[in-house]
Amino acid sequence: MSNLTEIRWHGRGGQGAKTAALLLADVAFQTGKYVQGFPEYGPERMGAPITAYNRISDTAIRAHSNIYDPQYVVVVDESLLEAVDVTSGLKKEGAILVNTAKSKEEIIPHLKGYEGKVYTIDAYKVSMATMGKYFPNTPLLAAIVKVTGLMEEETFLREMRASFSHKFASKPEVIDGNMAALKMALEEVQ
Amino acid sequence: MAKRDRLSGNEAVAIALRQINPDVFPAFPITPSTEIPQYFASFVANGQVDTEFIPVESEHSSMSAAIGASAAGARSLTATSSCGLAYMWEELYIAASNRLPLALALVNRALSGPININCDHSDSMGARDAGWIQIYAENNQEAYDNMVQAYRISEHKDVRLPIMICQDGFITSHAVENIELLDDEEVKNFVGEYNPENYLLNPECPMAVGPYSITDYYMEAKRNQAEGMSNVSRVVLDVAKEFEGISGRKYGLFEEYCMEDAERAVVMIGSAAGTTKDAIDRLRAQGEKVGLIKIRLFRPFPAEEIAEALKNVKAVAIMDRAESYTNHGGPLGADVMAAMFRARSQALAVNYVYGLGGRDVRVEDMESVFEDLKKIVKDNDAGETYRYLGIRE
Repeated sequence: MSNLTEIRWHGRGGQGAKTAALLLADVAFQTGKYVQGFPEYGPERMGAPITAYNRISDTAIRAHSNIYDPQYVVVVDESLLEAVDVTSGLKKEGAILVNTAKSKEEIIPHLKGYEGKVYTIDAYKVSMATMGKYFPNTPLLAAIVKVTGLMEEETFLREMRASFSHKFASKPEVIDGNMAALKMALEEVQ
Repeated sequence: MAKRDRLSGNEAVAIALRQINPDVFPAFPITPSTEIPQYFASFVANGQVDTEFIPVESEHSSMSAAIGASAAGARSLTATSSCGLAYMWEELYIAASNRLPLALALVNRALSGPININCDHSDSMGARDAGWIQIYAENNQEAYDNMVQAYRISEHKDVRLPIMICQDGFITSHAVENIELLDDEEVKNFVGEYNPENYLLNPECPMAVGPYSITDYYMEAKRNQAEGMSNVSRVVLDVAKEFEGISGRKYGLFEEYCMEDAERAVVMIGSAAGTTKDAIDRLRAQGEKVGLIKIRLFRPFPAEEIAEALKNVKAVAIMDRAESYTNHGGPLGADVMAAMFRARSQALAVNYVYGLGGRDVRVEDMESVFEDLKKIVKDNDAGETYRYLGIRE
């Protein structure tokens, strides 16, 4: 399985971690990849920790297990750094992306000695500035695309515009805000 | 022209149903199958199908309404999971004994209790003796393809039995993966119009459906169902061959992966078969002669064919995603071992219970099963034949 990228998302129920994983699968599919995007549900309630996963590959994907040794981890909710072992199995050649207003230096001590690259994005700031409401998954999607280098930024933005146009066909007014969030997030990843 | 897409298993089945455009779809929601009627309801609302969609108050009613519609002469179906299937129990037998070719899109989920929403096969395995054809899928593509083929099998004049199209809850139902869809027109032509021979709404030929059967007739009625079941394998293969013609995708009663020279084999059902294929590729790269038989058709059970496929293996592990509390293994284990016994197989066989309530199955887990088989071959002793995989003792 050449060029297999495995990503694990940690969020809380209702924050859109599953949606973000599905959007990433969607956009990677548009660039010709084989994809998997799937959630792992615990108790079905708002605020409970949930995990979602992506496999993205140049060849067909057959494994149907969860991901234990990902190259990348995305932490949608900073409070999970204490509640969940987010760096478990995370490869040191990979990276972790944390949604936080804090600096990288403030986050690193909470990562249990993780030796790989650490990125941060303030999805709240991006989301409020561009959409006026807190939807962390749109900025995080752009940020993880930047961190992983899964596709060219230009390709990503083009495909996402097409995807939003389809998804929000009945409320086109939100498309520009979402696109602005993606663009701003690409710049804001630290 | 086939269309490349990325869909969850539930969405894929819903699209197959849109393309089939059945007459009647009564439904009651239950996780993880809810999305199938949910997507389908939007097709109804958008005028993409002219199906009579009936939101009912329970699964007992959804299956009853599907049966009533089918008896009346309509092409009908419903969808469910887990306790929803349990609540249909009485009706499952009614559908089969009345020889009604309706379909059930089943998304496999553990039965309560303890209450759990995740995948295992305890729901459909419990219904294995209800007289329904059961077909299982490894991924979204197979779930879609099986749904497209369903009515061609169930409505065949030599069969006329209800059919359950099963896929693994969440693991395939909620996972978005690549898929190839057929053209609407191709599916429509492949499935064809339903022209029932006998039906309640036929004024030319009044009939009764489901009358009391006295002892003098009951046994003949049951034998008659078995007769229909005996034709299923042939029809499944004929339909698969025709389906290959429009899709390029080949299906059989089961899939053999790396079985040509396999000395050790796993027999299993569902999504974990894909994970097992990855384990096999890793082991084959080290020269290990390992293979897989993935069951597609479980009812009726292709016993002779499976025994034939296993005839050269030294050891086999049969994987059950359901407990049946026999103290010696699960339902697939019982069927495969009986098939091997009848074929006078000399292979050593063990039966694992795995993946209950969504317990994850990793490539490494399946490598460990092949490792266990290696020891069994080396010792020429199966040891404990009733095992649990991935359990904390």
